[in-house]
Amino acid sequence: MSEHKVAELDSVTIRFAGDSGDGMQLTGSRFTDTAALVGNDIATFPDYPAEIRAPAGSLAGVSGFQIQFSSHDIHTPGDRPDVLVAMNPAALKVNLKDLPEGGILVVNENSFTKGNLRLAHYESNPLEDGSLSGYRLIRVPMTDLTVKAVEETGVQRKLAERCKNFFALGVVFFLFERPLDTTIKWIEDKFGGKPEIAQANILALKAGFNFADTIEVFQTIYEVKKAKLPAGTYRSLNGNEAMALGVIAAGVKAGRPIFYGSYPITPASDILHELARHKDFGVKTFQAEDEIAAVGASIGASYGGALAVTGTSGPGVALKTEALGLAVMTELPLLIINVQRGGPSTGLPTKTEQADLFQAVLGRNGESPIPVLAAATPGDCFYVAIEGMRLAVKYMTPVLVLSDGYLANGAEPWRVPDLSELPEIEVKYAEPRDDGEEFKPYDRDPETLIRPWAIPGTRGLEHHIGGLEKDKLTGNVSYDPDNHEYMVKLRARKVAGMVRDIPDLEVSGPQEGELLILGWGSTAGAIISASERLRAQKIPVANAHLRYLNPFPANLGEVLGRYEKVLVPEMNLGQLRKLLQAEFLRPILGLNKVKGQPFKVEEIMDQARAILEQRTVAG
Amino acid sequence: MNTATATPTKLTRKDFASDQEVRWCPGCGNYSILSQVQKVMPELGYPKEDIVFISGIGCSSRFPYYMATYGFHGIHGRAITLATGLKIANPNLSVWVITGDGDGLSIGGNHFLHGLRRNLDINIILFNNRIYGLTKGQYSPTSEFGKRTKSSPQGTIEHPIRPVRAAIAAEATWVGRSVDADAKHLAKMLKLMARHDGVSFLEVFQNCIIFNDKAFEAFAAKKVRDERMIYLEDGEPLRFGKDREWGLTLDGLTPHKVRIGENGVTEDDILVYDAKNPSMAYLLANLEYPEFPVPVGVFLDVQRDIYEQSLQAQIDEAKSKPGAGDINALLAGPNTWTVD
Repeated sequence: MSEHKVAELDSVTIRFAGDSGDGMQLTGSRFTDTAALVGNDIATFPDYPAEIRAPAGSLAGVSGFQIQFSSHDIHTPGDRPDVLVAMNPAALKVNLKDLPEGGILVVNENSFTKGNLRLAHYESNPLEDGSLSGYRLIRVPMTDLTVKAVEETGVQRKLAERCKNFFALGVVFFLFERPLDTTIKWIEDKFGGKPEIAQANILALKAGFNFADTIEVFQTIYEVKKAKLPAGTYRSLNGNEAMALGVIAAGVKAGRPIFYGSYPITPASDILHELARHKDFGVKTFQAEDEIAAVGASIGASYGGALAVTGTSGPGVALKTEALGLAVMTELPLLIINVQRGGPSTGLPTKTEQADLFQAVLGRNGESPIPVLAAATPGDCFYVAIEGMRLAVKYMTPVLVLSDGYLANGAEPWRVPDLSELPEIEVKYAEPRDDGEEFKPYDRDPETLIRPWAIPGTRGLEHHIGGLEKDKLTGNVSYDPDNHEYMVKLRARKVAGMVRDIPDLEVSGPQEGELLILGWGSTAGAIISASERLRAQKIPVANAHLRYLNPFPANLGEVLGRYEKVLVPEMNLGQLRKLLQAEFLRPILGLNKVKGQPFKVEEIMDQARAILEQRTVAG
Repeated sequence: MNTATATPTKLTRKDFASDQEVRWCPGCGNYSILSQVQKVMPELGYPKEDIVFISGIGCSSRFPYYMATYGFHGIHGRAITLATGLKIANPNLSVWVITGDGDGLSIGGNHFLHGLRRNLDINIILFNNRIYGLTKGQYSPTSEFGKRTKSSPQGTIEHPIRPVRAAIAAEATWVGRSVDADAKHLAKMLKLMARHDGVSFLEVFQNCIIFNDKAFEAFAAKKVRDERMIYLEDGEPLRFGKDREWGLTLDGLTPHKVRIGENGVTEDDILVYDAKNPSMAYLLANLEYPEFPVPVGVFLDVQRDIYEQSLQAQIDEAKSKPGAGDINALLAGPNTWTVD
């Protein structure tokens, strides 16, 4: 390697952007793995279109992958990239607005053809017209160099060109002094059956690295040291993988088989794919004919004693709604995973949103309480799945777990837990009996209100359940007015009583004062980062994260009461805010964003500052 | 299903009657079906606790309450989905789905289609009364074209779906038909469907005394049954009539009703039924009164891979691989790094 100035950076954000067919998601995840293995903290944000292959070169077809890697603890994939890699004019057009002045811009100049410029609605070539003069522009003839580099493998030109994403990766690896070995090994594993393709990709990767080195495209290269994370063994993990592993771990902890009923839907399908690969844990995956069959079969499996899970996204939950009422009425344990996406209707399938909170808490006919939890980070999906299953089985109730597109596809370093660290999940089936006494399936624990889980195949427990109102003891159909009111209230009390099992809300920062920033779900990272930065600037904000959305933690009202103002940033029009106002009869401020994009740290900081300044002015 | 374990004490039909008061209208065809099911159950050899009746919504779907077995009264159209999950979770159970023409073919039509093609070892009985009873008299997906009902005062303008044809088309491995009032035949069908390995689908013509009385009277009444219905028997010639003097022949793809001894027709000309042949089953399923006798019996009886068994085989195979089921290895994944 030739001599380069090496500068040390705390954290760097890179965005890879190109055509859907350019392999940007792959490039980004390869960089992620290497950064993680080097020991950086990482957070990623894949952002891709719903179309599998939008017309090549078009603005609609642009796919991006952003990663922040750092030598300290980070919570978001970065607000704005320091480095933008644009594989074609459309990618440049869509992403340039986010690159700050002076940012590093690496482009594949071979793709800036007349046709591609037209497709990207450029009237003149930005590489030539001076419009990029504010950036550190690095023009690389990536296609040409890649084709030349892989010539010796004899692969066809079309295939050779497709290796250019590895060339780009090589360039970026050089810029940040990253080793190539992890990626080379990955390529060898991935293309094991096609050695010439593997070889071509490896050559392209090395060529990119060497090109950056030899022609000294960068005056300075950068080093981002290892992050000081808590001791342990780590891996990189995204939210959907974490959710699937959580489901399997719950089955192992409970010693019972998992049943996963699902219908393919973006962005939840990867949970089904992951679980389908792990039949060695006894996992039974069932790809149903529709969302209703998926939840129906899951309820049937739960009735049969399995740990039943159904996973989907918002439109799928809408279809499952009636069946969720059946699970409430029959009091069967069921975990429902909603990987939220932009709505309503088909909405934005590949973009993130948190607008299904009302649907989760309220969206059923009748008084139909369901406990709701939300994951905070990709890795937290693992723990939320386990906790959801623990509560479902313990309380004989459906439990809804919320993730979202941002968590599902975003990755972070995850400390691999030992099985013994995970909470116990105790499964108790009602015992067989021979005394001839009538079994009362709706007789219940007087304190927790939990009914027995009596599964078919158990002698002496033959009974009937169903969606009609149940007699409070026998479970037989009852139209008695008093019984109905009693049962409606009982179901509500049972779920409300789960608060005994829910930890109190913890606050970071000042324990009382002017402003509390309260979040739920995937906004956690941006809220923590914003609050920490504000506090570093001596601005006294507190922050807290609600993991349990129904019921709320017991101390929530009291915590809210300790702050003059409470700000709830959420990717919807104020759903948690309204729930809190209704519950605690106090005004709550909202910061709401529904752009299919996660919050930037700056956006939350700006809003917090504005609130505090307003107060100062008013005061 | 014939993998039943022997039951220690001999059960009787009384053991299968629940303490719940039966609330169907007096004279409803459902009583006869319930009675035959309760009668047949002890003969199947299952311990009572291994039998589950699952239903959707409708008059027929109250059925599980009247059986002293496990019972799940589900939501409209979804009984097959519940049964599917239950059977996958516990393949040892004898799972029975009770559905109607509205529940099973209208709102539950999608599950009917996929439940059959998947071939789980479950038993589906469709009570076909060609009307919506519980909602008080609207036309159903099996109502005849032109039928006047509360929701079709000028007559329906929809063509009915024929359950047996639909079941054959949906790749069911056992398809049968019977009539509520023909107790003996119904009992025989119930036993046969229970013993079939794989999904079995039985259509039962069921009389709704209030909203569609005597819908099947023209051919199923005791007096005319022999002349106007034909009992399918695998490997037997398709003959009917009091003295079995009538028969069916096939000319190309067109069936004909013939009288043996007339126009030179002999016994040897009569078509021999083959319940392993879906094409023949479909052909017979097209026959309707008055042009033809209405076929009842086993239309189709074939073997195919059974879903829950195939799934278990995949699980067993996955479990037999080295390193299978190692949760710590799974959680760690292929690439880890250590922070000290």
